Amino acid sequence: MTQRMGFFTDTSVCIGCKACEVACKEWNHVPEDGLNFTGMSYDNTEQLGADTWRHVAFIEQRKPLAEQEPGVDHEGPVPPLGAPPDAAPMTPMAPGEGGDLRWLMASDVCKHCTKAACLDVCPTGALFRTEFGTVVVQSDVCNGCGYCIPACPFGVIGQREDDGRAWKCTLCYDRIGDGLEPACAKACPTDSIQYGPLDELRERAAARVATLNDAGVDDARLYLADTDDGIRGAGAFFLLLDDPEVYGLPPDPIATTRDLPAMWRHAALAAAGLLGAGLLAFAGRA
Amino acid sequence: MSEDAFTSYYGRPVLKPPVWKALDIAGYLFLGGLAGASSVLSAGAELTGRPRLARGTRIGAAGAIAVSLVALVHDLGRPGRFVNMLRVLKWTSPMSVGSWILSAYAPLAGAAAFSAVTGRLPRIGTAAAMAGGVAGPAVAAYTGVLLADTAVPGWHEGHRELPYLFVSSAAAAGGGLGLLVAPRAEVTPARRLGVAGGAAELLVARLMRARLGTVAEAYETGRARVLMRAAEALTGAGALTAALGRGDRRLSAAGGAALLAGSALTRFGVFEAGMTSSKDPKYTVVPQRARLRTG
Repeated sequence: MTQRMGFFTDTSVCIGCKACEVACKEWNHVPEDGLNFTGMSYDNTEQLGADTWRHVAFIEQRKPLAEQEPGVDHEGPVPPLGAPPDAAPMTPMAPGEGGDLRWLMASDVCKHCTKAACLDVCPTGALFRTEFGTVVVQSDVCNGCGYCIPACPFGVIGQREDDGRAWKCTLCYDRIGDGLEPACAKACPTDSIQYGPLDELRERAAARVATLNDAGVDDARLYLADTDDGIRGAGAFFLLLDDPEVYGLPPDPIATTRDLPAMWRHAALAAAGLLGAGLLAFAGRA
Repeated sequence: MSEDAFTSYYGRPVLKPPVWKALDIAGYLFLGGLAGASSVLSAGAELTGRPRLARGTRIGAAGAIAVSLVALVHDLGRPGRFVNMLRVLKWTSPMSVGSWILSAYAPLAGAAAFSAVTGRLPRIGTAAAMAGGVAGPAVAAYTGVLLADTAVPGWHEGHRELPYLFVSSAAAAGGGLGLLVAPRAEVTPARRLGVAGGAAELLVARLMRARLGTVAEAYETGRARVLMRAAEALTGAGALTAALGRGDRRLSAAGGAALLAGSALTRFGVFEAGMTSSKDPKYTVVPQRARLRTG
């Protein structure tokens, strides 16, 4: 294996432009995923799935983003700049009613788990781990059994209806093999999506979260950066500004196959029990 | 469920619900169990000289497994690629293991039934029935792991109980079939297996729900609740009728039919509860939060 590559998505600088969604669809020829109006802030994409490999979540909250320092003094009269329209009730410095507002945006993607349940449960070997440590579906092998779909603890992979097979983010396997960065990272105008060697990204993320915490953004935390969690760390991890479930992410995901040895033991005992019960039923007087 | 406060993204599920169709997959869970337990009965009948019980259960097992295979292939997104199931053998994939178990078991069940129906190749038929009796329990038991090895809370949280629930349910179904097909002189083992299986099914289902905690609610709401209640009633009534109707052929048959129906409803109920639990974020978030709190 060459160096393990991944994504660090720093949601604190995401501006919700959805360039990642568009670039991903363009590069990977991902079909249209529905033109809906959901009423969920600016999110009309809704969720990851077979036809959505990047999804930008929008969350509106009555919370301060952090202690904010505008850097200008508004004590005393402010000199007018031209003639502001009378009807405008809110200038950049006049907070609206209800207090604070923060708008969280986060670009979600397949996590490329170290212990990937989708890959573990795939019965055909269509899902495999690449030389970059990423998890990719071979569409010429997948027979659409659908087992990977409920196995994923993040609800990432889905079945394409008119096609029957399972599809998800490939971390642009075709681009990174040529030394290019994935389409979404390339398109991201704020470097919210960063692509690179995973250990390098983890160092950068730790520094970034320390900077934010020092600056008073106490909510900032890393998600899936630890290698001792239920998926043994992710190839795509995040800096979040609230609990994972606020973004639709599971707070403590585990790869279901972690418990598989226990499950097989129980199944073996159960099978032996059925055989034993069946034989016992023939014992003694009829 | 305690009214734990939890947050979610606009109430959206964290997981993707399975794309499996209830009729195909829950139907297979039932038929696979029925086939597996029937094969155990037919092997026992072979050993103890009960030809009518052996014949009926051989045919039942082959029929059930044949319909199962059709349902399984039909459920694939690409049915034409079903043979890709045999590209690899992976212990981490219960579906892969199951495909290989079925590839071994189905021909055995088929050969045993062929011999029973045509009267040809009796020795091969007997050997196939004996081998099928050993492989049958594997077919009945692995399906518990098949469901439990997912992120679906209603299934995964029950991973200790599901294999036992499914083999109990299989025993009830197999015994039920035996009660329907065997004459009075040969029926006792089927009655014993059916009654014991039914009792175990009721017990394990209760135990599982008690141990599921928060997630048990998925079994106690909506369609899953109706199915699980109906399963309980039919299995209970079937086991009682079969146990008490010892002298009466018709009562025994009615008990057997009720045991079969109860077993099927249990599988559809478990399937439905898993679907429910995958579509509501609370079943994912609340237990995970609790796990993080307790460490």
